[in-house]
Amino acid sequence: MDTGKNYLVGIFTDEDDVMSGVPKIKEAGVKIEEVYTPYPVHGLEHVLGYSKSKLPMIAFFFGLTGTTLALVMQIGMMYWDWPMIIGGKDFLALPDFIPVTFELTVLLTAFGMVGTFFVTRNLKPWAKPKIFDIRSTDDKFAMAIDLADNKKSVEEIRTILSEAGASEVNEKSFE
Amino acid sequence: MQVTSTVRKPLVTGGKSYHDVTQDICQYVEQKPPKTWLAAFTFSFLVLIVGTYAVVETLWEGIGAWGLNKTVGWAWDITNFVWWVGIGHAGTLISAILLLFRQKWRTSINRAAEAMTIFAVICAAMFPVLHMGRPWLGAYWALPLPNTFGSLWVNFNSPLLWDVFAISTYFSVSLVFWYIGLIPDFATIRDRATNKISKAIYGGLSMGWDGGAKNWMHYEAVSLILAGIATPLVLSVHTIVSFDFATSVIPGWHTTIFPPYFVAGAIFSGFAMVLTLMLITRKVYHLEDYITINHIELMNIVILITGSIVGVAYITELFMAWYSGVVFEQYAFINRATGPYWWAYWSMMTCNVISPQLFWIKKIRTSIVSTFVLSIIVNIGMWFERFVIIVTSLHRDYLPSSWAMFTPTWVDMGVYLFTFGLFFTAFFLFAKFFPVINMAEVKSVLKSSSERKA
Repeated sequence: MDTGKNYLVGIFTDEDDVMSGVPKIKEAGVKIEEVYTPYPVHGLEHVLGYSKSKLPMIAFFFGLTGTTLALVMQIGMMYWDWPMIIGGKDFLALPDFIPVTFELTVLLTAFGMVGTFFVTRNLKPWAKPKIFDIRSTDDKFAMAIDLADNKKSVEEIRTILSEAGASEVNEKSFE
Repeated sequence: MQVTSTVRKPLVTGGKSYHDVTQDICQYVEQKPPKTWLAAFTFSFLVLIVGTYAVVETLWEGIGAWGLNKTVGWAWDITNFVWWVGIGHAGTLISAILLLFRQKWRTSINRAAEAMTIFAVICAAMFPVLHMGRPWLGAYWALPLPNTFGSLWVNFNSPLLWDVFAISTYFSVSLVFWYIGLIPDFATIRDRATNKISKAIYGGLSMGWDGGAKNWMHYEAVSLILAGIATPLVLSVHTIVSFDFATSVIPGWHTTIFPPYFVAGAIFSGFAMVLTLMLITRKVYHLEDYITINHIELMNIVILITGSIVGVAYITELFMAWYSGVVFEQYAFINRATGPYWWAYWSMMTCNVISPQLFWIKKIRTSIVSTFVLSIIVNIGMWFERFVIIVTSLHRDYLPSSWAMFTPTWVDMGVYLFTFGLFFTAFFLFAKFFPVINMAEVKSVLKSSSERKA
């Protein structure tokens, strides 16, 4: 007996079929868990009803941290800790601090944002992703329907998926 | 039915389907490498080994092994450094700036161009590190690390230190950008892998990517912001490199035109190197449907534009030297053109100002052979540009008694050779084990821009 999660996977061959199929399936009262695509299909996140990514905001705060860190470090070292006249410049030579400040802002933005992306999306070298259909990283669009989340029967969902444009519907279960 | 544009040229020819793209690109990762690849890899690896001898000699004997003297204290090292950094710029430009400008033609070439950036920056970093003389202590001189010498910190007023931050940030951000782009393609290779080792390696590299719409949404946000911050970054890096010269008081260096002039030169040489590499990769891997004549023509147009900017910069420098009324400045430029290094100056002028102008002729900018030849000429010219700026400005001091000439030693040449070996070895390894074309991105532009399938 299978004790794991059971899914129905609708396979689509064209992005337009997925885009037009998602609203129909949702209207029919079927809850879609996720759609897997070989490339980013723009607008798919809207029809699936996902809220916008918060990563840009997180990136901004990491950038701000970089700016602050760079300025505090340079002012602390050159003005407060060990003041020295170099080339006749001020101890607090703010224009000279711009390049390093800019670079550290960019560095922290990039690393902070990408790190957050990896952590929040559970991306790590030892991660074992659920692969609903191996062709979804090649040329097919796979729509996963969690049967436990839906009250409709397997046959009903199967029909709804086919009518919405799925070229095939397969069953898949995970331990 | 495939939708085709009647107003735009196809980005991918040959009526490719999504599966064809996967098959065409993955086959080179999955199959044994072609004989041409083996030959090229072996040759570059040998060059790397031979060059390593010069690197060891530099570390063992010190900088005295180079041809530097009291007057010309920087020569091939900084020339090669600036040259390699410049080459790297096209990669980020293609992936970041063209992404922001929604230039979809970048998709076929961005992956290899970004790889080129990473390897070129590694080669560039070799030179300042070796020039330190004792690089094993370099971390204390270049990074603000607490040490036992007292609380003496690095000098944040120095453009050389700005360079350290600029180059290391540029390298790490480019690496992250490149890797993020590779993740979905690694997942494709993982899912196609038939043996356990490839499955494990590409499985690890793909970080568990599943291609879910939510992942793609965040992925796109990350890519766009990385492009947004990499765009000013790429401009800042060569601007800061130019500050190494511009903030000094050497005639011929002390000019405000340097930052934009260096950035234009970097893009100019970077695109030339992308073309050199892509034309070889295209031929060896039969990628004619992905890297079309249209791509080559567009890159040649970028070379034509940036080459013209560089030409205008040379003329502006001459004008400003004359108009400044400063005799030292005027002498520096007369000496460049007519002094002992006149041959370097005129090589630079011929390669950088005259040769790209040939791209006004459509037949030349759409020809593979002439593009290949001109791309190499441009890179030679850009090396001479850096050599002219650095050596001709230094060899005539304010004090005629200290005037000197620079002659490279075999160690100078060997270290330069080493970086070539390193660059091409790394590039060929990349071309064998990584997908050379960004499959996911090409698939995303396929539908609107490919030729109608017969």
